[in-house]
Amino acid sequence: MTGRPDVQPEHSRGRLATHAGPYFGDFGGRFVPEALIAALDELDVSYHKALTDPTFGAELARLHRTYTGRPSPLTEVPRFAAHVGEGVRVFLKREDLNHTGSHKINNVLGQALLVKRMGKTRVIAETGAGQHGVATATAAALMDLECTIYMGEEDTERQALNVARMRLLGAEVIPVTIGTRTLKDAINEALRDWVANVETTHYLLGTVTGPHPFPEMVRDFHKVIGEEARAQLASEIGRLPDAVVACVGGGSNAMGIFNAFLDDPDVRLFGFEAGGLGISSGKHAARFSGGEPGVLHGAKSYLLQDDDGQTLPSHSVSAGLDYPSVGPEHAWLHDIGRAQYRPVSDDEAMEAFRVLCHTEGIIPAIESAHALAGAIALGREAREWSDEPVLLVNLSGRGDKDVATAAAWFGLIEDEPTVLADEGEQL
Amino acid sequence: MTVGIASQVGERLDGLRAQGRAGLVGYLPVGYPTVPGSVDAVRTMIDAGVDVVELGMPYSDPVMDGPLIQRAADAALRGGTKVADTIRAVEQVAGRGAPILVMTYWNLVLRYGVDAYARDLASAGGAGLITPDLIPDEAADWIAASDEHGLDRVFLVAPSSTPERLASTSAASRGFVYAASTMGVTGLRASVGPRAQALVSDTRAAGAERVCVGVGVSTAEHAAQVASYADGVIVGSALVRTLVDAPDPAAGLDALAALTADLATGVASAAR
Repeated sequence: MTGRPDVQPEHSRGRLATHAGPYFGDFGGRFVPEALIAALDELDVSYHKALTDPTFGAELARLHRTYTGRPSPLTEVPRFAAHVGEGVRVFLKREDLNHTGSHKINNVLGQALLVKRMGKTRVIAETGAGQHGVATATAAALMDLECTIYMGEEDTERQALNVARMRLLGAEVIPVTIGTRTLKDAINEALRDWVANVETTHYLLGTVTGPHPFPEMVRDFHKVIGEEARAQLASEIGRLPDAVVACVGGGSNAMGIFNAFLDDPDVRLFGFEAGGLGISSGKHAARFSGGEPGVLHGAKSYLLQDDDGQTLPSHSVSAGLDYPSVGPEHAWLHDIGRAQYRPVSDDEAMEAFRVLCHTEGIIPAIESAHALAGAIALGREAREWSDEPVLLVNLSGRGDKDVATAAAWFGLIEDEPTVLADEGEQL
Repeated sequence: MTVGIASQVGERLDGLRAQGRAGLVGYLPVGYPTVPGSVDAVRTMIDAGVDVVELGMPYSDPVMDGPLIQRAADAALRGGTKVADTIRAVEQVAGRGAPILVMTYWNLVLRYGVDAYARDLASAGGAGLITPDLIPDEAADWIAASDEHGLDRVFLVAPSSTPERLASTSAASRGFVYAASTMGVTGLRASVGPRAQALVSDTRAAGAERVCVGVGVSTAEHAAQVASYADGVIVGSALVRTLVDAPDPAAGLDALAALTADLATGVASAAR
């Protein structure tokens, strides 16, 4: 399962959508301690065995239907689209309506089913804003698994309600007090736990990063997003979209919606990463604009790093995009020109957040607001694509968790705003 | 193991074996408490009896290290320690009687340039690299560069490694194979992992010429125990702790010398 294949599959020959790891062009791989290789091989084997087992697919589909609430709706948003550009049609893929409030549950349920098959009894996970931690704690409760969530101490302080949600669901939440005390350090600590407890424990990684087989497997668990959207658009308008738009932190929601369109060259793919306070400020999470190839957390990809190769801290108003690296498949799609990645600033994202609330009555996650801001920025370009350009935007999560941040941002809380309004706080 | 290229560390361990004993490999991070302070500490450790030095380059995300080494590395980075300091430190401690291996997470080498790093390490007098997050499967560039510049390459094996992986890792290594005594990160432990001895014999059976044991080896008693079956005993956190716990640098060096001598006595006392 490891080792560089003698011949790299050429993207021009095979289908992009089914490209298998461990390598995506020059990216991906397994840069982890040897102690984890046996577990990664076991996971790879279990996953591929499950793929060909109809009972696995049927069980996951049943959970999607009866527990998550799939298929998630496709909503046309004409009043929002008026802010994008005249004649442009915008459709939102409503992952915000899933159980636990985001796309994260798709991957978590798939991996949790695999954990049962591998006979492991405990799951660990990292979380930044708490969304993946909540989804993991949810699946662990559902499937009777012991659950430990690692979360940077700084994040546990500003996400106190999500910490409480995870604990209500029966998970143990361990604040990480080393390094920058954020998501990156939570992943380090989860990897250390995994090295020590790998025989009983599965690391339920929350995005399309990490060592093989995680980038491929997590993509596959999320590709239902794009497959549903493609079918829904076909029945709504009878054609493919002109562009698919998503926010990119680690990149799982983007891979999930891109995948079904990768082999349709006429469909443009746009990923929007966190531009934070601006690229020149150094306070951002724009790996493609401000990073270079490097290795972090098991995979080679674009990375925010200093001249020595030390990881640089990232910044975003959105905790879910606040990560210094990005999934290796995105790095590959970037380099072969199949997808474009652009930064969206905190200000632009929050303006798009406000617009969607006011025009459509939908409060998006601030992560997803980066995709909405990207759609607005594409407006002028889009009108050159066709007479009636269609944008498909992945609304990856809902904004309940972001009410305090947004309220502080827009000055909606007058009394003692500091109680709720630390920068980045998300309920 | 690759034949045909001399191994500084291999020669040292073979010489000790001829004397009927294992080697003591001591770890310290560059830049703790300061860069010059760490050079003093390594010299102290060599003079007090380590046979091979493992010089750690601090990294922002050290997933194989426990809290003690993490905090020392954190302090070193906050103090401004750079990758270039590692090369300079190697230059200052090489030739003092112990081969110098650098322990580094892979992105630091990748960023420096794999061949450039190998070239500069070799010309500084370094013996090679220990790479905790680089498996041979991902190491084509490093294997080529270490051959080109005559450096050792120490890969790790773990109790979870399959026989196939023990064989491929042994074949790719030069100097020795680093056997992690337990499933876990570096740190002080009450006892050496129960699977360490079996891992050493399995790794030898898979083709390794020399196998040293590390992770959780903390006391002279542990050292004596491991030295009875392995080619080398690797101690890290316990040595770093002497510097961390010391009230001042001079006291730290005294404590470091005392523990090193104690460990060396333990290694030498081992029944083989």
